[in-house]
Amino acid sequence: MSTVITPPGQKAPPQPTAARGGSSDRARSEQRLGWLLAGPAFAVMLLVTAYPILQAVFDSLFDYRLTDPENRSFTGLSNYWVVLTDRIWWVSLAVTLFITVVTVAVELVLGFGLAIVMNKALSTIRPVVRAAILIPYAVITVVSAFAWQFAFDINSGFVNGWLGLGEFDWFGGTWSSLFVVCVAEIWKTTPFISLLLLAGLAQVPEVLQEAARVDGASWWQRLTKVTIPNMKAAIMVALLFRSLDAFRVFDSIFVMTAGANNTETVSFLAYRQTISRLEIGLGSAVSVLLFLCVVLICVLFIKGFKVDLGAARGE
Amino acid sequence: MSTKEKTFWWIGGLLIVVYAMFPIAWIISLSFKAPADLTNGSFLPTDATWQNYALILTGDASSLFLPALRNSFGIVLIATALASLLSMFAAYAIARLDFRGKRLILSTALGVAIFPVISIVTPLFNLWRNIGLYDTWPGLIIPYLSLTLPISIWTMSAFFREIPWEMEQAAQVDGATSWQAFRKVIVPLAAPGVFTTAIIAFFIAWNDFVYGISLTSTQTARPVPAALGLFTGASQFEEPTGAISAAAVVVTVPVVILVLVFQRRIVAGLTNGAVKG
Repeated sequence: MSTVITPPGQKAPPQPTAARGGSSDRARSEQRLGWLLAGPAFAVMLLVTAYPILQAVFDSLFDYRLTDPENRSFTGLSNYWVVLTDRIWWVSLAVTLFITVVTVAVELVLGFGLAIVMNKALSTIRPVVRAAILIPYAVITVVSAFAWQFAFDINSGFVNGWLGLGEFDWFGGTWSSLFVVCVAEIWKTTPFISLLLLAGLAQVPEVLQEAARVDGASWWQRLTKVTIPNMKAAIMVALLFRSLDAFRVFDSIFVMTAGANNTETVSFLAYRQTISRLEIGLGSAVSVLLFLCVVLICVLFIKGFKVDLGAARGE
Repeated sequence: MSTKEKTFWWIGGLLIVVYAMFPIAWIISLSFKAPADLTNGSFLPTDATWQNYALILTGDASSLFLPALRNSFGIVLIATALASLLSMFAAYAIARLDFRGKRLILSTALGVAIFPVISIVTPLFNLWRNIGLYDTWPGLIIPYLSLTLPISIWTMSAFFREIPWEMEQAAQVDGATSWQAFRKVIVPLAAPGVFTTAIIAFFIAWNDFVYGISLTSTQTARPVPAALGLFTGASQFEEPTGAISAAAVVVTVPVVILVLVFQRRIVAGLTNGAVKG
């Protein structure tokens, strides 16, 4: 299985145009027009990401506080040493990984259930269900975080009343806080996963299902032996995108706990170092480490699980 | 399908609707609660009141909320328009032309899409302060392009690939000028894809919190999510719960309407880019 990313523009294998002899004027002008049209978008993308991350790498090598800009000094990798030997970094990394693993696992199962229901739902209610499922996707993360926070809040919430928990303070401890954060994240992003899975579900040939049914396979056997293996690519793409997204969790943490009770995530740590404490050097080091984590997750998925982004689109 | 099975899937569908609407219903209910009623511990208000809405639209909190609403609409619309324009050209080239570097452009878009936003914020925060873009509209529009461009390029290329471009030549054979062929044939075919992509890009920029909270400091540029995150009560002892809920409803309702009107297209757009629908 190849690990290349097949762009959506390529349906047929690319024909060598300019390469053959390289004398075709048409091919050359197409080459020029292509870059003329796509170049600006490409340049802007590089400008707003590649440049800042390089600047962050540069800044991370300095002892640099905005409150004391005169004393900026080159310190090499010592910022990284400071971050990596601090317990705060490892706690925030563990919290981030915990949120990522829990939310993505629950979302995959829940999203699969939603996709099956949407796939089976009768045509009369299908538009209603599909419109409803988009609502969590369209709601601002901050709004969703507030809604769930208020629901669990000891003063304004109804959850304690409904569950008969009395005066239980959900935001008083690490695990209960993280539970509420996960609930909010799961509610907001499951629809995205379920829509990707629904598209994958539509690609499983009906003939295979029929054949398995005729052979006397049970519902569960058909699900695990026919449906899931046939949509492995779609599942992997959904997992990859959601994992990367979940790893960047910031909004919910900011709104719900502000990092209290050891609930700080890596993104929040980077924010706090840079924007609140104005430690540009340290904040940049955390940002670069976060970036490396994301790259690592990506590589693990693509090499380890052999995610083929091209195959996922049925090409 | 038997009646029993039908009922089963019908209930399943109903559960999904409840799942999706529940927190929305809760925040709407909360927004109608009077301050004394906020802690009544039940889902619904005892006496529905408009006073939270009055507070954010005409009252004390309006000086915080209304500028944020204006900033959000302005900044997000401009960023969406710019991203749509740039990616329209790029997607056209990717879908129709054969040129080296196509893969590079699409891989770059994918790379930018998975980029952790907070890693960009740190250097931008410093740079924007130095060149005077901190707390300005352009200071947010530029980074918003990093959120909207990649998905726009992928989604629009997927849409453009489906367009039967031969129809342009067919129209020209029938005697249309190339401008007429473009305007009467290609534009109507491409418009739905461009429009859907723009809606998705709008959602993504509208949802931003990291840039909003890090790169602004006053109401000259602070967008709604950041303003919500920083809302405080009228006094130190008053929780801003009611005001936040009302503001949340005001910014959620237009988006929900957009979703309900264009749900079919949005689903197609969301899945087109990643998994062929």
